[in-house]
Amino acid sequence: MQAVIKKKAKELLECGTVDRVLGWKAGEFFYDLTPAVFTTPEEIDKDFVFSVFSGANMSKYLIEETKKEGKVAAFIKPCDSYSLVQLQKEHRIKRENCYIVGIACDGMCDMGLVREAGIKGATAVSEKDDKLVLETIYGEKEMPKEKALLERCVHCKSKKVVDFDEMIGENGEENPDCGRFDEVERLEAMTPDERFAFWRSQLSRCIRCNACRNVCPACSCEKCVFDNPDSGIAQKAAASDFEENNFHIIRAYHVAGRCTDCGECSRVCPQNIPLHLLNRKFIKDMNELYGFYQAGADFETKPPIMNYTTNDAEPSVVYQRGGSK
Amino acid sequence: MQRIGVFVCWCGSNIAATVDVQAVADALAKEPGVVFATNYQYMCSQTGQDMIQEKIKELGLTGVVICSCSPRMHEATFRRTCEKAGLNPYMVEIANIREQVSWVHKDKAVGTEKAIILGRAAIAKVQLNTPLIAGESPVTKRALVIGGGIAGIQTALDIADAGFPVDIVETKPTIGGKMAQLDKTFPTLDCAACILTPKMVDAGQNDNIRILSYSEVEEVKGFVGNFEVKIRRKARYVKEDLCTGCGLCMEKCPQKKVPNEFNMGLDNRTAIYIPFAQAVPKVATIDANYCLMLKNGKCGLCSRNCTAGAIDYKQQDEFIEEKYGAIVVATGFNPISLDKFDEFAYSKSPDVVSSLEFERLMNAAGPTGGTLLRPSDRTHPHTIVFVQCVGSRCDASAEKGKEYCSKICCMYTAKHAMLTREKYPDTEVYVFYIDVRTPGKSFDEFYRRAVEQYNVHYIKGMVGKVVPEGGKLKVQASDLLDNRQIHIDADMVVLAAAIEPDKSARPLATKLTASMDTNDFFTEAHPKLRPVESPTAGVFLSGTCQGPKDIPETVAQAGAAASKVIGLLVKDKLIGNPCVAKPNELMCNGCSSCEKVCPYGAITYEDKPFRGPNRTTLIRRVACVNPAVCQGCGACTVACPSGAMDLQGFSNRQIMAEVDAICK
Repeated sequence: MQAVIKKKAKELLECGTVDRVLGWKAGEFFYDLTPAVFTTPEEIDKDFVFSVFSGANMSKYLIEETKKEGKVAAFIKPCDSYSLVQLQKEHRIKRENCYIVGIACDGMCDMGLVREAGIKGATAVSEKDDKLVLETIYGEKEMPKEKALLERCVHCKSKKVVDFDEMIGENGEENPDCGRFDEVERLEAMTPDERFAFWRSQLSRCIRCNACRNVCPACSCEKCVFDNPDSGIAQKAAASDFEENNFHIIRAYHVAGRCTDCGECSRVCPQNIPLHLLNRKFIKDMNELYGFYQAGADFETKPPIMNYTTNDAEPSVVYQRGGSK
Repeated sequence: MQRIGVFVCWCGSNIAATVDVQAVADALAKEPGVVFATNYQYMCSQTGQDMIQEKIKELGLTGVVICSCSPRMHEATFRRTCEKAGLNPYMVEIANIREQVSWVHKDKAVGTEKAIILGRAAIAKVQLNTPLIAGESPVTKRALVIGGGIAGIQTALDIADAGFPVDIVETKPTIGGKMAQLDKTFPTLDCAACILTPKMVDAGQNDNIRILSYSEVEEVKGFVGNFEVKIRRKARYVKEDLCTGCGLCMEKCPQKKVPNEFNMGLDNRTAIYIPFAQAVPKVATIDANYCLMLKNGKCGLCSRNCTAGAIDYKQQDEFIEEKYGAIVVATGFNPISLDKFDEFAYSKSPDVVSSLEFERLMNAAGPTGGTLLRPSDRTHPHTIVFVQCVGSRCDASAEKGKEYCSKICCMYTAKHAMLTREKYPDTEVYVFYIDVRTPGKSFDEFYRRAVEQYNVHYIKGMVGKVVPEGGKLKVQASDLLDNRQIHIDADMVVLAAAIEPDKSARPLATKLTASMDTNDFFTEAHPKLRPVESPTAGVFLSGTCQGPKDIPETVAQAGAAASKVIGLLVKDKLIGNPCVAKPNELMCNGCSSCEKVCPYGAITYEDKPFRGPNRTTLIRRVACVNPAVCQGCGACTVACPSGAMDLQGFSNRQIMAEVDAICK
């Protein structure tokens, strides 16, 4: 896959379709791949990497990249493409300034799970059939890829790239039975006290590094309310550690209806807080109250919480079904 | 720092009995920025207002907090008071310590504490208030009346008489509404058609009135003085300007088996039809559900016989867009469906009829030509049982019917009973009632006449069951005063079905952003003091869309609504509301969230140059609010993900300050 993508990237630069390419390059380690912009075929040969660790959602980077002169190419996985469409609906990405290459995807991996499988000292990764082959300082090791998949890929909602100029590989289908709400249901089944304890234990680990906010395609405001002195909440010392926890709940409210469930917030969290569950709870509630809605699935539909129809659930219904359920 | 004056009102004993007003004034006097605090018996009285004005001048107040009744009641009063003393009216805040405190609390200590907290919140808000100046907007001097029943007709005539053009939008092919279906009217027993049809003709001939029959309101945009309405003119497959209403098409139409809705389905009409002889406009309409030509493409008889060449099978729905300064809702009522009341055998026997059906059976232009014949075998009924309150005054826990009294049924049942006895003295008439309610001019005399002069048997009690048996209707009922069961073999049973708002009212309310109660009646701006205005500025209410009414009340309300409309249309300019949304362009993402939720279409976007880093210029898409169109509802401020949109006078900071003050 890497070879095909690199070839396409070089081809797009050489024939002048684009003058920049948005891709991944290695960071400190081979598995912490970082989004990067390439301007010459030589740079691509040297640094461009695509592997099972190319999880980063490229859509958000197109906000800044498409503001610049010229045209940029981007390689977009199915889940990234939903953010791409959502951001276009919000007029954040200038589509005419980018060339989208959709790439078929069968899941991205989590280095933490590789380590948990007992593989230490890895230096490189490759794929063989449905296995991951890891070169380590102790020799070559293998493990089933499915055991290393990111949570969001285990419950992959769609293998369909919803907006592209050309595809690499065959475009897939949506997968409504992905079971992505199972964990939410488990939380819903808890008593309020159990659920409160669960979230306290999770959110109290937050170090407010803002990685979730910085990576989230829906969190792309010119100025975040948390940084705006007029909002009354910026740079405010938390009165208690619980107030600090509210950051994530407020953030989930702010992206509600626009969150495509790309799962980047949980992927980048250094404390492994399952932040995506907050967003999924909102998505599940909206689906139940207003009918199924997938943010970024198309260019026309309005998010249910920014739309009014006479069939909308009455506030009393919304209220009654909440609480201890 | 503001210099704030606090004025705590007793509202006689309304507030003072449950709130220690002196303690409230004392506590609020200690709040930061407060330079004066007092209490007084009636702050809204001339003396109270004079005191506020004196203190503003004497102490140089920059903000005023009034702890009194709901701002819905007297905010405007106190704003005017302060404006006369030279203070910007938007520097006044009301803390509602009546509806939200004294009327809902019994314990004086609790009430006093809450009043202090609400006062503190209002003070915190005034600290952040800024003077606001209202803009002006022009008034389109044309009114729209939705519904062409007696309410809509009367309103339109009154507005037109004052010299303003009016459009009536009526969903049926003719105006006239329910009143056109009635036989006689209580309490004078004059014929409904005789008093209604001249008004219909007046409306049809008035130069200021345009009747858009067979039409519906599709979309409403804009605001008071400047509504833009899209109206769907449904295809009637007849060119209105050519049709002379001669009726030849109806004679020739081979499809004669269409249930006639004007006669409540008691007889049939043709597929091309004029609902009744006095219809306005007197223009034929083709019923597309039954027309053989439109369904199968075979027939065309009406077209061949029409000397005016008015038939057009290819006609499509058309849309017209028009601007209006005011909108009057007159969508009226319908009897409820009797499906859930089958204990009265309505679906089992054609001789069990609703009162409106009975009205048609008595009407000279009805299916029996005015002779009372029972529908099953067209014989004279000799025993008739009237059942009142079918679906009215039902228990809230019952799964059927309405809680309210439909108001008109007692009187029209007395009318039906009396007319029956008058025309057919050999007929025994029974009326089963819960209560007989006759509060109206000459109403009780009318009912008494039915009992005393016409010997109608009024029985207090409810009919439990009606069973059709051997051509008779076995009526089982109880007489509550005699405490006994009654069995009557009746020939006909007439059900006084409850009335409910027309089904079109709910979606229309959504389009108009007008509010409704749980029964789908439109709500008034104030139930006592502003009964013909809706809370949405520029939208007025006429007739039964607002609540059950008889004809005299409807006509009175129609005239009142018209006078309110005229009062609006004579103005050349309206003073706007300065509490409108305003975006902070530096923070706006241009994401269109606010535009999507704006019900008034007040938000547009423009690409604007901004100073970027290193002396560069960035072009960014940012929101702009048209202050003349914005109604200050605030939907955009909560939709904006980055908090760039703010409502002037109700900014996020002001509201947070209020919350902080309450939670302190």
